[in-house]
Amino acid sequence: MTLAPNTYTDIPYEEKAKLIEEVMADHRYGEHLYGCYECGICVAACPSARFYDFSPRKIAQAAARQDVELMYEQMNDDVWNCSQCFSCTRCPRGNNPGGIITVLREVAVRNGLASARDALEGYGRVVYKIMSTGTQVSPDMLQPNAFPDWGPHVKAISDNVETWRKALPPETLHTTSTAWNVDEKTIIELYLIWQATGVMDMIGEVDEGLHMILEDVMEDVLDEAGYET
Amino acid sequence: MSLELPVLKERRAERKNAPPPTEDVREKVFEIEAQGDWIVHRVPDDHVEVFTKYGRVKKIPRQNLWHHKSCGQCGHIPGYSTAIFWLMRKLGLAYEDPTDQTSCTAWNYYASATSNAAAQAGVAMRNFGAAYEAGNYPLIHCGTSYGHYKEVREELIHDPELRKQVKGIMEKLGKPFVMPEEIVHYSEWVYAMRRELANLKVLDFSDITATVHPACHYHKLVVEDAIYDRDIYDGQRTAVVTAVVEALGANIGEYSTWYDCCGFGFRHILVERDFTRSFAIERKIEVMKKEANPDVVLTHDTGCVTTLDQSQFAGRAHDRDVGIPVLSDAQFAALAMGAHPYKVCQLHWHNTDNKPLLEKMGIDHESKWAEFEEELRMIEAGEKEFLTWEDADG
Repeated sequence: MTLAPNTYTDIPYEEKAKLIEEVMADHRYGEHLYGCYECGICVAACPSARFYDFSPRKIAQAAARQDVELMYEQMNDDVWNCSQCFSCTRCPRGNNPGGIITVLREVAVRNGLASARDALEGYGRVVYKIMSTGTQVSPDMLQPNAFPDWGPHVKAISDNVETWRKALPPETLHTTSTAWNVDEKTIIELYLIWQATGVMDMIGEVDEGLHMILEDVMEDVLDEAGYET
Repeated sequence: MSLELPVLKERRAERKNAPPPTEDVREKVFEIEAQGDWIVHRVPDDHVEVFTKYGRVKKIPRQNLWHHKSCGQCGHIPGYSTAIFWLMRKLGLAYEDPTDQTSCTAWNYYASATSNAAAQAGVAMRNFGAAYEAGNYPLIHCGTSYGHYKEVREELIHDPELRKQVKGIMEKLGKPFVMPEEIVHYSEWVYAMRRELANLKVLDFSDITATVHPACHYHKLVVEDAIYDRDIYDGQRTAVVTAVVEALGANIGEYSTWYDCCGFGFRHILVERDFTRSFAIERKIEVMKKEANPDVVLTHDTGCVTTLDQSQFAGRAHDRDVGIPVLSDAQFAALAMGAHPYKVCQLHWHNTDNKPLLEKMGIDHESKWAEFEEELRMIEAGEKEFLTWEDADG
């Protein structure tokens, strides 16, 4: 019996079960789940539980019951609320609901679920930055229209970024489009890691446009360096 | 002097000779080296021994460190990274600021899951290999990189197939397959060196009260590897940051939500900041204000400084009880030791007003800002290309 309400009824049970089997087959999964006292310590410690309809206890319980319907619902509706802070590891049984969510998210992305695409909409430029440059956050990302809630100091940084970066004593930090100066050989090595581990296929499942751009960028660099792409 | 929690002494548990409840992962690290699977990058002889949560000894190297920088620090709060380098220079310790380092990419992984265990381990082992090739020991600046790399270490130890796959990738890259003997966070180095740093302080911080936010990915991921100290909170919370505040002669302000996350959320800070702001203000800043009324919040991770500092601006619009500047432990120590607030600590990249704090510290922020502005003028006029370390200490 499932504890899930009637959701995602258009998705065949077999399809849901296949995804949940993929989750359970992950080598990390067994170390994240040991049972549940129903004590609620994980919920009390969870930041997301205070502001969303979200419960790490429900994540652990659904996994312990192997409730395919409920886990599928969580994979779509809950996992992107998690803060991934791992405060839930305060669990006296040693459960790691945040770790289960990491795996659920990964399977959701790998299989291109519509909910994962929605959750990652607007996130493409961040993925592009980290995958193409090797640093996720750069000074030129501090633009007033991107961070209006951080106040006028963002505009001050944006207006002065070229000079302020030159006024940093470490030589590696005189950059604006990357967090620090990453050398070309290192970028090539990073691209080879992405290609060897199937990450590009994952990107393709959730954002075809981004996948195409990244492939082009990487091909150019790797071709020039003499690698077959 | 020791910082103690208000607990009954007669109820305080002694560790005695009870074995730690978790395996010592470092034994496995050496076993795998003995099998010929990887090289262990040993902590150099010049190190300090400290205690972790269950009483094990952890070696913290003093110098010849390969600085594994943080993208969030270097990109948006660069005075955080600069202060760490400055502390090492002040102590005359050798270090390397490499360009063959990438981000750990874990911020993106915890935010979007657009990666996998092999890719994450590949990134970690490429960086570890680069440090080994350089002959310097990796020092991890970011709390998330530190926590994530420890998780990667666990995965590589317990999954031979993953290890084989990542080793194969490193061979293709021409990189050695190397696991450090210890994975070391910069705040552990600051903790280990706190007395040497305090010996060089030039400002009296005895009127300064700080609240400490321990970073989740420092003490909640692979918990047994974080530093604890019987003299700090009776060994019931991690001792990093707090012990540094104590060594520098400042005061600790207690508050009840110390265990709570800052609200960073990885994806939330980028695309759902209403959650991040609400949590940071309601569960951290306002509680600190009400219960401790500190002069400054100190923490030891990229996301925590960013979240706790930047979130306060919107709180002002809603008449929330905000307005506490946020710094890293490294910046706080550097200021105590006479570092320039703008040339070194780069406080103009921070958001919440820190001028009242600087005044209370005895720092003339107006003249310091004028000095910095003169440097900016010279750069803009082409009279100098960059601010140098010599300029920063001038």
